[in-house]
Amino acid sequence: MSKKVHVQTKINGEDVEFLCEPRQSLLECLRDVIGMTGTKEGCNDGNCGACTVILEGRTVTSCLVLGVEVDGKELTTIEGIADGDKLHPIQTAFLENAALQCGICTPGFIIATKSLLDHNPDPSEYEIRWWLANNLCRCTGYDKIVRAVQDSAKKIKAQAGG
Amino acid sequence: MKYVDYERPTSLKSALDILSEKGDVTKVLAGGTDILVKLRVRREQPDLLMDSKEIPELNELSFNPDTGLTIGAAVPLYKLYADADVKKHYPALVDSTTIIGGIPIQGRATLGGNLCNAAPSADAIPTLIVLGATATIQSSGNTREVSVSEFCTGPGSNVLKSNEILVTINVPAPADNSAAHYMRFIPRNEMDIAVVGVGSYVKLNASGDKFESVNVSLASVAPTPLNVTEISEFLSGKDVNDENIEKAGQLAKEASKPISDMRGTAEYRQHLCSVLTKRSINKSIERIKGA
Repeated sequence: MSKKVHVQTKINGEDVEFLCEPRQSLLECLRDVIGMTGTKEGCNDGNCGACTVILEGRTVTSCLVLGVEVDGKELTTIEGIADGDKLHPIQTAFLENAALQCGICTPGFIIATKSLLDHNPDPSEYEIRWWLANNLCRCTGYDKIVRAVQDSAKKIKAQAGG
Repeated sequence: MKYVDYERPTSLKSALDILSEKGDVTKVLAGGTDILVKLRVRREQPDLLMDSKEIPELNELSFNPDTGLTIGAAVPLYKLYADADVKKHYPALVDSTTIIGGIPIQGRATLGGNLCNAAPSADAIPTLIVLGATATIQSSGNTREVSVSEFCTGPGSNVLKSNEILVTINVPAPADNSAAHYMRFIPRNEMDIAVVGVGSYVKLNASGDKFESVNVSLASVAPTPLNVTEISEFLSGKDVNDENIEKAGQLAKEASKPISDMRGTAEYRQHLCSVLTKRSINKSIERIKGA
């Protein structure tokens, strides 16, 4: 039986330490060990994107990363997107455009959108759909999500300009 | 997932020591996007996962105009396809690696992992085969070089012995008047597994009207990525025209040995081999003429 491993990481700018078995995914560690349940579990095999987080500046599906692999690394999760009680423009845009219904996929979509706009502040509709192809939503039919991402880009640009 | 131990060696020597001692119960971990799924459904049950991402030699990504491209086995796909030299000299690698999984998969997955996973449908392997790539494999005290066309031995199996690790994939320097291309057919636009995939490499003569050499390799139509040597033999020295390219498509169809499964029937896949081979060869020619 394998021993637990001590992992030191930085999540949303804060130092976090935890103990986990090597077989535990980052997703399990976030939800069950650390208690950060904003990141959701969907398929648990990399297809649905509900568990998307940003690891060292790249979006990853946290079900396909082991907890032990993030030792010494930096993470951003959905809990780190809002500024206290003030929603991030992406969150506002998702609400205003009704880009969610049940909400299980939403944290993954918001993280993926954040990463997209960090890399490409003015994406085309094609680029948005390509970037978000690894996130599945069974409620909205995606059009509202795409509009929310376009609106997010506008809001972020307006905020930076103003 | 069953209990497993984890080690993250920071030198190639310590990685090889681990593999010498317990290679038979160890799986090497790179991006993890295939292996973690296999562990979870218990298709693989190693006692030890050895993370290869901190080994310097496996993180090399360098281009030399004389010797070609060296890709460390643990280099993630997003770094590979964003590299200026890869984009300029090896667009077929960009074709392949930008369609493996989605953006989050490309943030972790590696070319070395795609090769070692040895899926018949792997999108990067036909491209590596047609480019004439080799794999550098090491064990304690021994280094060997294997052609990528001989690396895969069956679905999910490869030539690596339990004490060996894939260190780098080496792609020859691009020749004048040559180009390569990869395309696949999937019923969706993205995030899917190839029904058929075709990689092609074309080298023309200086005036651009004769084939000097052509390589075609197919995905998803045999137990391993298929190197269609019949096309290389047929097209070498032939005129560049529709009739010869049509014949190459026919040869691809005849060489393929597909099965029928949920992604397509054998007959449909054979038809696709012919269509995609013609398209891919034409795309390679377009790339030569566009350069």
